[in-house]
Amino acid sequence: MSLKKISKEQPEVFKFNEKNLKAVKKAISNYPKNKMKSAVMPLLYIAQKQNDNWIPLAAMKLIAKTLNMPYIKVYEVATFYTMYNLSPVGEYFFQVCTTTPCMIRGAYKLVDVCKKRISENESEISKDGKSSWLEVECLGACVNAPMVQINEDYFEDLDSEKLEKIIEKISNNEKPNPGSYRGRLSSEPENIRKTLLDNKNA
Amino acid sequence: MLKDEDRIFKNLYNDLGSDIDSAQLRDDWKNTKEICEKGREWIINEIKTSELRGRGGAGFPTGLKWSFAPKEVGSRPHYLVINADESEPGTCKDRDILRFEPHKLIEGCLIASYAVNAHVCYIYIRGEYFNEGQKLQKAIDEAYKNGLIGINASSTGWDLDIYIHYGAGAYICGEETALLESLEGNKGQPRLKPPFPALIGLYGCPTIINNVETIAVVPTILRRGGKWFSSLGRAKNTGTKIYCISGNVNNPCNVEEEMGIPLKDLIEKHAGGVVGGWDNLKAVIPGGSSMPLLPKKVCDTIKMDFDACVENKTGLGTAGIVVINQDQDIIKCMARIARFYKHESCGQCTPCREGSGWMWRMLERMAKGDATRDEVDMLMDVTKQIEGHTICAFGEGSAWPVQGLIRNFKEEIIERNKFDPVVKQKKNVPYLIDQHLLEKENA
Repeated sequence: MSLKKISKEQPEVFKFNEKNLKAVKKAISNYPKNKMKSAVMPLLYIAQKQNDNWIPLAAMKLIAKTLNMPYIKVYEVATFYTMYNLSPVGEYFFQVCTTTPCMIRGAYKLVDVCKKRISENESEISKDGKSSWLEVECLGACVNAPMVQINEDYFEDLDSEKLEKIIEKISNNEKPNPGSYRGRLSSEPENIRKTLLDNKNA
Repeated sequence: MLKDEDRIFKNLYNDLGSDIDSAQLRDDWKNTKEICEKGREWIINEIKTSELRGRGGAGFPTGLKWSFAPKEVGSRPHYLVINADESEPGTCKDRDILRFEPHKLIEGCLIASYAVNAHVCYIYIRGEYFNEGQKLQKAIDEAYKNGLIGINASSTGWDLDIYIHYGAGAYICGEETALLESLEGNKGQPRLKPPFPALIGLYGCPTIINNVETIAVVPTILRRGGKWFSSLGRAKNTGTKIYCISGNVNNPCNVEEEMGIPLKDLIEKHAGGVVGGWDNLKAVIPGGSSMPLLPKKVCDTIKMDFDACVENKTGLGTAGIVVINQDQDIIKCMARIARFYKHESCGQCTPCREGSGWMWRMLERMAKGDATRDEVDMLMDVTKQIEGHTICAFGEGSAWPVQGLIRNFKEEIIERNKFDPVVKQKKNVPYLIDQHLLEKENA
C-alpha cells in the first residue's frame, strides 16, 4: 500500500490530445467489448505521459467518463499503484532502488548523491527545476546492482561517482546513456564468462 | 556444468540479437505447425513427461495445471495470461527473456494457448520494464507480420491475439489472482481460492496463468522431447533454470544451469566467488527475498532444486540468489526486506497489513540494538500470527525471511539486544504489550 500526496494545484480541465486519443482507442480495443474498465491502467499511463509525468484529478474524471466507470474506482486504482504520480515530478525522475540486493552493493551511497545533488528530500524538485528523486523498492535488475531508473531507462552497475557524472550531464542539458556503467554486456558475468562462448565469439 | 547445446536460452546475454531472423536461426518458430498438429493431448502429455515445474516461485507442475482447463470451450472463452510482473527482490531472469528471447515466449504463448483452448493471451509486464515491454511489443508485431500469430497463426488453423498489459509498480500483482484483478481494472488485491483461475479466472472465464520462463521453455521441450528435459536434473526437479546471482559476489550474473547444481558451484564458477573468499560468506537467500536464508554451513553442500531446498527449510522460489558476506549486517539486510514487504502489502488482510510493519519496526530496532531480549521470541510469534492467516502467500513471503533470520542468527540478535524488558529500563518506547506495565508504574 502506498501513501501518496495528491497535488494541491490542479488544472481545471484535462483533454487527451489528437495522438493520445488514438492511443486511448487502441488501448480500449485490447480488451473485450463489455470489459472496458480493464483499460483504466493503460489510460492512466497515457494521461501521465501527456501531463509531464503526473496525473491530475481532471484526467481521472475524464478517464472515468471515457470508460463508463465511477470516478472513485479510477481514483482507487491511481492511488493503489506506486507508478502513478499524483503530484508533479522532475523532468528527470530518478528512482533509486534500495532493496537488499542493491543495498548491500551500496545503494544508499546513491541516495546520498541524490540528496546532495538533486534535493534534500524525496519527491522535491531540484533547484534547477529539472529533477526529482525517490527511493523505491526492487526494480528487478539485481545482478546489475546498484541501479537507478531515470524516467523509463535503467542505469546499471553504478557507484556514487558515476551517478554524479550522470547528474552533471543532465544539468548540462546532455542526455546520459542508459545501460551498464561498467561496460558489461547485459547480465553476463564480467571477464569470467564460461557459457555460450561460441556465440560470444561468433 | 551444463553443455552449451543443452541450454535453452542461447541468447541470454544478447550475443546474437533478438529480432525474428536471428531468433529463427536459433530454431524458434521452426516447426510450430507440426507441434500443434500432434494435438492438445500430446502437448500436455509431453509437458507432463518433462516434469516441468512452474518457474514463478511455487513450482507447480505445468502439465497438470494445463490439464485443469476445461477440455471443451463452453459459453465462456478461455484465456492464457503470462505473468511477467517480476518483482521479487533478487530476481531478474524474466527481464532477460523479455528483451533478448521474446520469440521463445511468443511461440510458447501460441503453443500453450492452443493446448488450453485460448484465443486471447495477455502478458502482464511490470510497469518499470517499459523498455523490455517495448522490445516484446516489437517482437509481437514481427510475429503478426509474418503470420506466426494472429488469424490462422503459423498455419495451425488456430487464431491467437497477444496483448501486453503494463502493471504499475505493485509487487502483489505477481500473485496470480491479484494479477487478474489488476488486469480487470481494479486495485491488485488477491482473491480467495477456490475457485481456482483455471475454472473461474479473468472476467470469470477459465484462465491459465504461467510465468514467463515456464512458457518460454515450452517450445524447446516439445522440439527436443519431454524425455530430454527430464534427463536433466533429477526426478521431479528436472530441466534447466536461469539462476540470478546477486549481492556480495565478484561477478554478479544471470546464468542458465541444470537443476540441482550445487550452490557453491554456481557462486564459485559462474559468479566469481564470494567477495572476500568463501569463508567470508555469511548467508545466502536462495530463492528471492521471500525464502528463508541459509547459513554458510548449509551453503557448503546444498543443491539448488525445489525439493533439496525444502529439505533445508527454505525454497527454490524464483532462484534469485542473494549472497550476503560477513561485511554486511545481516539483521539490517533482513530489516530492509521487511520494509519491502511492509511497503508492498496490499492491505487486504489484517495480519499482513499490520504484521509486516510490525516486523519491520522491530527488526530496525534490533539492528540498532534497541530491542529487548524478550522481543526476539515476540518477533517469532508475530511471524507465526501472519503465516497461514492471509488470503494469499504474501503472508508467508513476508514471515519466512524473518523466521529464517531468527532460526539461524538468534544468538547474534540476542548478543546485540541484551536489554532487559522495556519496563525495567524505564525506556519510553511507545510500543505495544509492555505498555500496560508502564502505565501501572505511572499510576
